[in-house]
Amino acid sequence: MSNNESTDPEFGKHESSNMEFKGPDSSGHFGPYGGIFVGETLIAAVEELAEVYDRLSKESGFWRELDSDLAHYVGRPSPLYFAERLTEVGAGANIYLKREDLNHTGAHKINNTIGQALLAKHMGKTRIIAETGAGQHGVASATVAARLGLECCVYMGADDIIRQAPNVYRMKLLGAHVVSVESGSRTLKDAMNEALRDWATNVDNTYYIIGTVAGPHPYPQLVRDFQCVIGREAKGQSIAQTGRLPDALVACVGGGSNAIGLFHPFLEDESVTMYGVEAGGNGLDTPEHAAPLCAGKPGVLHGNRTYLMTDEGGQIMETHSISAGLDYPGVGPEHSWLKDLKRVKYVAATDKEALSAFHDLTELEGIIPALESSHAVAYGMQLAKEMKRGQNIIINLSGRGDKDIETVARLEGIKL
Amino acid sequence: MSRIQLIAEQAKHNNAKLLIPYTVAGDPNIATSLSLMHELVAQGADIIELGIPFSDPSSDGPVIQRGVERALSKKTNLTEVFGLALAFRRQNKHTPIVLMGYLNPIEIMGYEKFANEMVAAGVDGVLIVDMPPAESEKLSGLLAERDIDLIFLVAPTTTPCRSKEIVQCTTGYLYYVSLKGVTGAALTDFDSVTKNITKLRELSDLPIVIGFGIKDADSARAMAELSDGIVIGSALVEKIAQLGDQESHEKSRISQTCEVIGLARQALNDIK
Repeated sequence: MSNNESTDPEFGKHESSNMEFKGPDSSGHFGPYGGIFVGETLIAAVEELAEVYDRLSKESGFWRELDSDLAHYVGRPSPLYFAERLTEVGAGANIYLKREDLNHTGAHKINNTIGQALLAKHMGKTRIIAETGAGQHGVASATVAARLGLECCVYMGADDIIRQAPNVYRMKLLGAHVVSVESGSRTLKDAMNEALRDWATNVDNTYYIIGTVAGPHPYPQLVRDFQCVIGREAKGQSIAQTGRLPDALVACVGGGSNAIGLFHPFLEDESVTMYGVEAGGNGLDTPEHAAPLCAGKPGVLHGNRTYLMTDEGGQIMETHSISAGLDYPGVGPEHSWLKDLKRVKYVAATDKEALSAFHDLTELEGIIPALESSHAVAYGMQLAKEMKRGQNIIINLSGRGDKDIETVARLEGIKL
Repeated sequence: MSRIQLIAEQAKHNNAKLLIPYTVAGDPNIATSLSLMHELVAQGADIIELGIPFSDPSSDGPVIQRGVERALSKKTNLTEVFGLALAFRRQNKHTPIVLMGYLNPIEIMGYEKFANEMVAAGVDGVLIVDMPPAESEKLSGLLAERDIDLIFLVAPTTTPCRSKEIVQCTTGYLYYVSLKGVTGAALTDFDSVTKNITKLRELSDLPIVIGFGIKDADSARAMAELSDGIVIGSALVEKIAQLGDQESHEKSRISQTCEVIGLARQALNDIK
């Protein structure tokens, strides 16, 4: 361990730009994005949440309670692992993996649900609702609800229920009520609509755990704050293991919570380049993808202004991705802002590229990645090739792939 | 004086209640929507709320969601909604049209173009469910310059301090949401409605109308007794769902479909 934060010459060098990426402002905006765009019935609820979070987040006791849960229940810190054989394939930059796949419940989602469950508890709510796409956030929500003895209801698109049957059963085992959403495109966005309807109806006793850095203020802020543990750990681990900050960070972006969690603690470190990898589906030159930052435009959906997949009439388009967790037409508003500020580069990996990276990581490192995370692995491997030997990349391995083996087998014509 | 203000003044003068049906533009198609609008007026509607179809209507219950899906299956976007409004306006100069919908289609069209199209189509007001006053400044200015009313919702969860802010941003009429929930849910808590309307009265001289959960003549009457008028949406859209999607319908079918409005009119007229 040759260095630490206080002696690193890079630290403190860019203090003048420290305010540049500070968000949100007091009304919940990240530049032109974010804000509060919900029906009047829900305004009081989001304002109350903002107030409670503002108060609790200033109390050290709140963070101590959270840190204790993260250590003893989630299993943090998650390792930063040097992927030697993956590095050799690219013959370029060293590839490190931030192992969020090793968290309890198998993904980064639990960092957020543990935090929001604490908020629910402090607010005296007795019922939790959540939306889910791949089922990872639903499982993470059902898990914390079971632990706190709260009633839990998870909304899931009817099509996703079929795609992700094992996670549906996990949620049921955990005592959650899983509601099949049959409206619209029957996927994640429709599950979110239904959760918002439930919240408006049961606003008195219900806490809505949003699974990503989207939704009305203060969700993009508080989900980010809970996920920042990823980047804070990675920063310390990089310095401990390599003696310096990484040269590049790579994470997949659906709503963008694992990406913002990794990126945010590095935003002011100018030497660190960041890449958010969206779901390129069948290619950005087709309509079958889920890459609003690469190929969409700003609009308003689910409580915030952000880049969206929207058609000329302002209707939200149906998206496509091999991974249910990235199959969402919007993205967290802070990512939209970071795109416009050119602080983070947003790129895409196709279904095919992700699938190939899924196999590479499994065969070379003995780690089966989630299909979501496989998008980051795909782009990270390509990036490593273009970088010099001796440079370091951290790829966020946001989840494990056990939930996806049936999908992969089906796509490859293998009967289990 | 805007067309909405004029109608509201007349109603007040005649001691009458405002009856405001809501229908999704283009449900089941534009031609039928136009016939329905004229029939609604014939059966006693004072103002027509025209829903702008949006793929993600997160404040609406299942009945209106399905109406929106029917309209979207015919590719009814804002441009078609304005076409419908204009066609109605050519034949009816006095009944105000209020658009009701979600912000994204308006954002994508652009605020300025939207405001100009409203004027060109003879639309009188707009209510954007997911645009609270704090996010409305820019659009509000453009609409005010054109004498178009911007209507906001007040909910049972709205704090007194917030009600004051909403009242200041609203023109035309105030729309009180009778229940915690989505459109078409069951209305149960009459006491809270009475209490909240009384408080709103102290804050504003604007006409107050009540909507969400009004299903029939009885609930129409009960709510109208507490306010200046009522909105009926889901109960009408449910009837429209029974029409086929052919372009033209027999006069009697259209008239039957709108009967819920005619019955509400009678109930409202009975209030002394």
